[in-house]
Amino acid sequence: MEILVCARRVPDTSENEIQINPAGNDIERDDLVYSINEWDNYAVEEALQIVARVGGSVTVVTVGGQDDEEILRREMAMGATHGVLIADDAFAGSDARGIATILKAFVQKGRYDLILTGVQADDGGAQVGGMLAAMLDYPFASLVNGIEVLDAKKLKVTREIAGGNREVSEIDLPCVLSIQTGINEPRYVGMRGIRQVASVPIPTPSAAELGIDPATVGHAAAKVKRVDYFVPSLGKGAEMLEGSREENIDKVIELLAAKGGLK
Amino acid sequence: MVEGIQSVPQVASALVQARILFLIIHVLGVGCFGYIMARRLAPLFRAERDLRFDRPWERLGKVGKFWLGQWRHPRYRGAGIMHILVFAGFILLATRAFALVLGLADSVAVPESVGHIYDVVKDYATTIVFLCMAVAVFRRLVLKPPRYAVPTRYGKGHPADAVFLLALIALLMVGDSLFAASKVAFQAQLGQREDFLAVLSLPWALKHVLLSASLPALQEIHFGGFLLHDLTFFFLLCYRPFGIQFHVETSLFSVFFAKLDRGTLKPVRWGVPDDQLEQVKSFGVKTFENFTWKHMLDFYSCADCGRCSDNCPANAVGRPLSPRFLTIKARDYAFRHYPMFGKATNGQALIGNLYAEDEIWSCTTCGACEEECPLLVEYIDKIVDLRRGMVDDGNVPQSLQKPLKSLESRGNPYGKMEKKKADWVRNKEFEPTCKVKILDGKNGADTLYFVDSITSYDDRMQSIGRATVRILDHLGVNFGILGGAEKDSGHEVRRFGEETLFMALRDDNVEAIKESGVQRIVTADPHAYNALKHDYKDIPPVEHISQVIAREVKAGKLKFEPTDNGSVYTYHDPCYLGRHNQVYDDPRDVLDAIPGMKRVEMKRCRDRSFCCGGGGLMLFYEPKEEQRIGVRRVEMAAEAGANVIVTACPFCMVNIEDAIKVAGLEGKMTAIDLAELVDQQIAREAPKESETAVLVGG
Repeated sequence: MEILVCARRVPDTSENEIQINPAGNDIERDDLVYSINEWDNYAVEEALQIVARVGGSVTVVTVGGQDDEEILRREMAMGATHGVLIADDAFAGSDARGIATILKAFVQKGRYDLILTGVQADDGGAQVGGMLAAMLDYPFASLVNGIEVLDAKKLKVTREIAGGNREVSEIDLPCVLSIQTGINEPRYVGMRGIRQVASVPIPTPSAAELGIDPATVGHAAAKVKRVDYFVPSLGKGAEMLEGSREENIDKVIELLAAKGGLK
Repeated sequence: MVEGIQSVPQVASALVQARILFLIIHVLGVGCFGYIMARRLAPLFRAERDLRFDRPWERLGKVGKFWLGQWRHPRYRGAGIMHILVFAGFILLATRAFALVLGLADSVAVPESVGHIYDVVKDYATTIVFLCMAVAVFRRLVLKPPRYAVPTRYGKGHPADAVFLLALIALLMVGDSLFAASKVAFQAQLGQREDFLAVLSLPWALKHVLLSASLPALQEIHFGGFLLHDLTFFFLLCYRPFGIQFHVETSLFSVFFAKLDRGTLKPVRWGVPDDQLEQVKSFGVKTFENFTWKHMLDFYSCADCGRCSDNCPANAVGRPLSPRFLTIKARDYAFRHYPMFGKATNGQALIGNLYAEDEIWSCTTCGACEEECPLLVEYIDKIVDLRRGMVDDGNVPQSLQKPLKSLESRGNPYGKMEKKKADWVRNKEFEPTCKVKILDGKNGADTLYFVDSITSYDDRMQSIGRATVRILDHLGVNFGILGGAEKDSGHEVRRFGEETLFMALRDDNVEAIKESGVQRIVTADPHAYNALKHDYKDIPPVEHISQVIAREVKAGKLKFEPTDNGSVYTYHDPCYLGRHNQVYDDPRDVLDAIPGMKRVEMKRCRDRSFCCGGGGLMLFYEPKEEQRIGVRRVEMAAEAGANVIVTACPFCMVNIEDAIKVAGLEGKMTAIDLAELVDQQIAREAPKESETAVLVGG
């Protein structure tokens, strides 16, 4: 099975202290540490596990610039067969629809049976997967937390739905699935693995090579534009506990018990 | 041989027949043994390299102390003394056995007095070994020491096998004694000059039993004793390589080739320098053949005495790890996959088959097992090698992946920002009282205080850092810290098998240390201390703060206010300060220098100290366990009658403070770091006698 995983590099929320820039339209990016979007990492692991079971290859693709190559290397160190960096100045400022347009063009240049995305990106809106499926006219399933290959044309997918329930569906290939965290346990990638793939060439197709009309992507074509970025002020309902850690722990337990959260 | 009553030709023919029989037994015995040994050694030739031929004198010293001297045996009083007796008996009898086997018993030309003394010693040696076997059988069958028990998950116990082997040794003694006793009984009956038999020895007793036997019977018994001894000897020789008694043959080599340097780790591949490691295709141990030959030898040498697991903190709290079975399982694997007949089958992945992942991650690398093993079997290197293999395959628990990634991107396991690394010295109350230089090129100093991640970033542990700098400041040391340029020491990164990441952290730190131009390094974190001391190269000498304090106390430069709170203190040895670096006395000397200090020792202290639960990345690992290791430790302190646990390691502090809460001892027990205690007790200005009195009173 030929699998394409669409991935994205995001600021790692666990290793950064996110602060808003003085202009108030973005976060401070000077001292940030980036990593692969966590959902995408699960998607790559799932793709690798499927290929280990039924054969095939895994291609990881991202839209971005030179800096984004690091996540491709990391996923290749995990075992992805190819990494592709779609890079063009024309892409700058694309909204989700623009990104989906770019990915659609890339998908149509190759032959993929299955396309995986993360459910959402740390700094995104869970839009690209669905849009990409619609543009390709492929079936789509979101929040997937289990995949079983039935045959060359059909998958059985498990989806997480509200209340922790599971829904099982059959879906025709080719299709797009957005992958939920927890579907698997992604393998560890260390520096050694990354170094071993350091010299593997990564193709960087441009808009022209993919036949993308620059007018359909980028800032100018974006129909959704970010106008503000802020940290919400504390609402009235939030109570900040003050005191030593031990006192706070006791208070939290007391409050939880009072509200019926602890039994 | 025997002066008989038979005719000369009969005797001659009997002798010739006997000689032929024994020749056959000997040739067969030696041949079988040679074949068995060749098969047993086969995996060692497929194993990884291990450079163990250096420093021969030091190695011989180890042989003298731990093999011939049986140094560690008395740590288990009863079993140990018995082993020493049996070992001594074996050594003495080995000479005799070889003489008998070679048929030289009667023709060895030794001066009569020497021969006489040897006879006495030999008779008693035989007797003692025989009696020890009886006691050993009694222990196995009746007393059943719990450490011999085999938990069901590791299979069944094999007391029958143990008893069988003990019985064989006893039989060997009986054969030897019958041989001697029947001859003397024979001589006695004929009124000839009797060979000497030591009073109350086994041959002496047997002689008295045999005195009334007929002469032909005695001849037969004499011959039978020899045959029994001979057959048992060769049977044992060929049977031992199939079980725990193989150590009789292998222990000498195991001890000679034992690891010489504490606190160190084996390289990924012996003989491959760091800069060529990238060319090594696979890291660590994934299949049995990835073990080094010495580690395989360890598997053979294990006597299954259970002392390692008896001292293992992970095993004590029901984590799925028992060092004893780590070895026994590998030994059985070797026996199964390198059989006596037929082809060897190798290449099976160990993880998932022989070992479970949790088993290998459960080890805190505290070193209690290695400290105890009478045969110096190594465990930490094997565990780390197995982890290296898992890391190389991407097989790392999810809970460890985040901290490892943070170590890669931020240089600390918490994912905190580098620029905040020195925030702990910028504390509002602290900063005005004690200025700490950041050695960033603008400032220079003689001494570097290497803080390491946990003390830099953890709110509670920052107090240890501040206490340490106040002590250094008080001592007038010209010191500084690296601040943001300091990365995690990588001590646990390496011990969790991530060698490449460790090397990156180490290289960054070495560069920063060199650039700082310091002449020495001090740290309050035993893990950093061990890393800097053993894992790093070409950096200035390193000391733990307890060593600095102890020296200044001895020199009379550091005086303490008396403690006046009536607390009873106990000192918990951090594994990487104590066992791995032998710093046991300095912290205790410092404590005892505090006037009014009431200090008790826990039953498990010094080299038998019980791990707190493990530091570094172990804090992120979620093991399956029945109880926290730290809780056990805190209970030990309570048992000793202490209400303050003093330790000298930030990770011990994390575990012990948590454990105090979990054990429900809050309010009854507290923990304090040695540096914090010292900082609290320092007599800042040399008090006059009257003032001291006031202080004590107040």
